[in-house]
Amino acid sequence: MKVKIALSERVWTEQRVEQTVGNLLRFGVMLAAIIVLTGGLLYLIRYGAAPPHYNGFQGEPSDLRSVSGIVADALSFRSRGLIQLGLLLLVATPIARVVFLTFAFARRRDHTYAIMALIVLALLVYSLAGVKF
Amino acid sequence: MNTFEWTLLIWLGSLVAGFLGSLTGLGGGIIVVPMLALGFGVDIRYAAGASLIAVIATSSGASAAYVKEGFSNIRIGTFLEVATTLGALVGAFSTALLSTRSISIIFGMILVYSAFLSIRRWREQGEISPGSGPADPWAIRLKLNGCYPVPAGSISYQAQNVATGFAIMFGAGALSGLLGIGSGAMKVLAMDQTMRLPFKVSTTTSNFMIGVTAAASAGIYLHLGYIDPGLSMPVMLGVLPGALLGARRLVFARPRDLRVIFTAIILALAFEMIYKGLRGGL
Repeated sequence: MKVKIALSERVWTEQRVEQTVGNLLRFGVMLAAIIVLTGGLLYLIRYGAAPPHYNGFQGEPSDLRSVSGIVADALSFRSRGLIQLGLLLLVATPIARVVFLTFAFARRRDHTYAIMALIVLALLVYSLAGVKF
Repeated sequence: MNTFEWTLLIWLGSLVAGFLGSLTGLGGGIIVVPMLALGFGVDIRYAAGASLIAVIATSSGASAAYVKEGFSNIRIGTFLEVATTLGALVGAFSTALLSTRSISIIFGMILVYSAFLSIRRWREQGEISPGSGPADPWAIRLKLNGCYPVPAGSISYQAQNVATGFAIMFGAGALSGLLGIGSGAMKVLAMDQTMRLPFKVSTTTSNFMIGVTAAASAGIYLHLGYIDPGLSMPVMLGVLPGALLGARRLVFARPRDLRVIFTAIILALAFEMIYKGLRGGL
C-alpha cells in the first residue's frame, strides 16, 4: 500500500503536469478549430457571395447568445450555430485548464497552489454566472 | 467586396495578429481591434467580441507549446492569476464609479513610461543575468523560480519584488476590467520590470494567463451579442496558426528583437489609449 502511494505520487511530477496542461490546451483548441472550420465552410458556401454587413451593430439573434440555443442550432447543422459551438469550446479550454491545475496541485499535496487555483476557478465561475444556458 | 473575399482578408490579418501576439505575450486582440474597427469599419462591439476570441485562441494555442517547452511558469502564472482575476472583477464593478476616459489617458501615459523603462533596462544590462540579486523571501516560500531553455542549455531564475508584482497585477486586472483592453501589456511589464523575470518567461507566462482573464469576460460578451460567428470565424482560424508559428519562432528569437517588437506595439497601444481618452471612443 505504501509503495503504491509513493508510486502514484511520483508519477505526477511537475514535468508531467506541464505535459498534460499542454496536451489539454492543444486538444481543446484543435477540437474547437475543427468545429469552427466545418461551420465556416458551410457559412461561406451559403453566404460567401453576399456583401458583408458589420458597419452597424444589431447584436446576435437570441439563439446564438445562449448555450442551449447554440447547441440546438449546431445539432441541426446550421453554419452559424456550429461556429458558435466551436467558440464556446474555445472559451471552455482555459477554464478546463484551471480545473485540471486545481486537481493536479491537490494531488501533488501543494495545498497553497491548489487553493490559489481554486480561488481563480471560483472567480471565473462567478463572472460566468451571467451566461444564459 | 463579397463576404468570401472579406473573410479571407480578415483571416490574413489575424494570422499576423496571432504571430505577433504569441511572441510578445500581448495576445492577438491588441492588433485585431484596430484592424477590424479602423481597417474594416466593423462596429467596435463586434470588434471587441472577435478580439476576445483572438486572445483566447492565441493564449491557448501558443501556451500548449510554451508550457511543454518550459517557457511559461505555471506556478508564477497561477499565483498572479489570483491577482488579475480579482482585479478584473473589481475593475468591472468600478466602471460606473470612475471616468473611463481619464483612466484611458493615464493608462496610455503609463505605457509610454513603461516603453521607455523597457528600452532602458535592455540598454543598461542586456539580457544576460535577469533575476540576479537578493532573493525575495516570498519567492522562496512560494517557489517562484524555474529555468527556461536557451539554445545553449537552460538558465535558472528567481522572481523578485513579489509583493509589488502581485499588487501591479491586481491593478492590471482592474484596468482590463475597466477598459476591456491591455491586460497583456501590464502583465508582461509587471513580470519583466518589477519581478525581474527573463523577458521570454514574462511574455510566455503572460500568454498563459491572458486566456483565463479573457474567458472571464466571455459570458457577458456572448450574452450581449458581441460575438458574431461570421466575424469570429476567420479571426479564430487565422490567429491560431499564427500563434503556433509564433510559438515555434520564439525559441530562436533573440530577446532583444522581441523587446523591440513589444515596445513598438506598446507605444502604438499607448497612443490609441490617449487618443481614445481625449476623443471619447475610437
